Amino acid sequence: MKVSELIEKLGLTAFTGAVGVEREIAGGYTSDLLSDVMGNAKEGNVWITLQNHMNVIAIASLKELACIILVKGITPAPEIIEKAIAEEIPVLGSNENTFNLNGKIYALLN
Amino acid sequence: MVKLKYDIEGGNFNRAGNASSQVKRVLKQLNIDQRLIKKIVVALYEAEVNIVAHAYEGTMEINISPEKIDMILQDKGPGISNVEQAMQEGFSTASQKVREMGFGAGMGLPNIKKNTDLMEIETSVGVGTTLRMTKYLNNVE
Repeated sequence: MKVSELIEKLGLTAFTGAVGVEREIAGGYTSDLLSDVMGNAKEGNVWITLQNHMNVIAIASLKELACIILVKGITPAPEIIEKAIAEEIPVLGSNENTFNLNGKIYALLN
Repeated sequence: MVKLKYDIEGGNFNRAGNASSQVKRVLKQLNIDQRLIKKIVVALYEAEVNIVAHAYEGTMEINISPEKIDMILQDKGPGISNVEQAMQEGFSTASQKVREMGFGAGMGLPNIKKNTDLMEIETSVGVGTTLRMTKYLNNVE
């Protein structure tokens, strides 16, 4: 599934517009501990988190993750969006909490 | 032999990962095996963040030969009083502010050990720390 299809199916907010939405998704990882994501997330994963700062973009870029989804209506600051666009990492948002969002994405991907 | 060197600024989390990201770009240009690049990047990023989180300033030096990549991260900082304890998964001396960002889970040094072939810490309390890591390029699992 492409990031664009995930946005459409779940009605996600695309903070970074059309940046990177053609990326193919290969599974996902959910964690708010950055070293956990660094050590265990895989290329192409969707990353679900409530962490909302520059380092999230750096990690997603280094790990070549498909996209970042912020939960519970969290909105990233303009400088974060700017960096994400520069790194071509889609940053998306959902009003769902982590548990519900995980369940929906898991069902879509499996 | 390719040699790279970057400065790392202590305390500046907005720039954390920049040096690792530049090394990654060079490794890709050199056509190093993707699986090795992934592991090297994890180790470098953790080491870079350690300097940002704990030290005043530091450097990242990378020496790439056909056989191996040597990585040396040197900082001026508080040093590590008990390396054995620091190596334990879950142990961290990170500040509350750093933990709130999702760092400081005590997984950094264990992540480095898992992703490198050799790892050595030389540290002096009140002076600084030098971390040496090696990844052999013919050792793709």
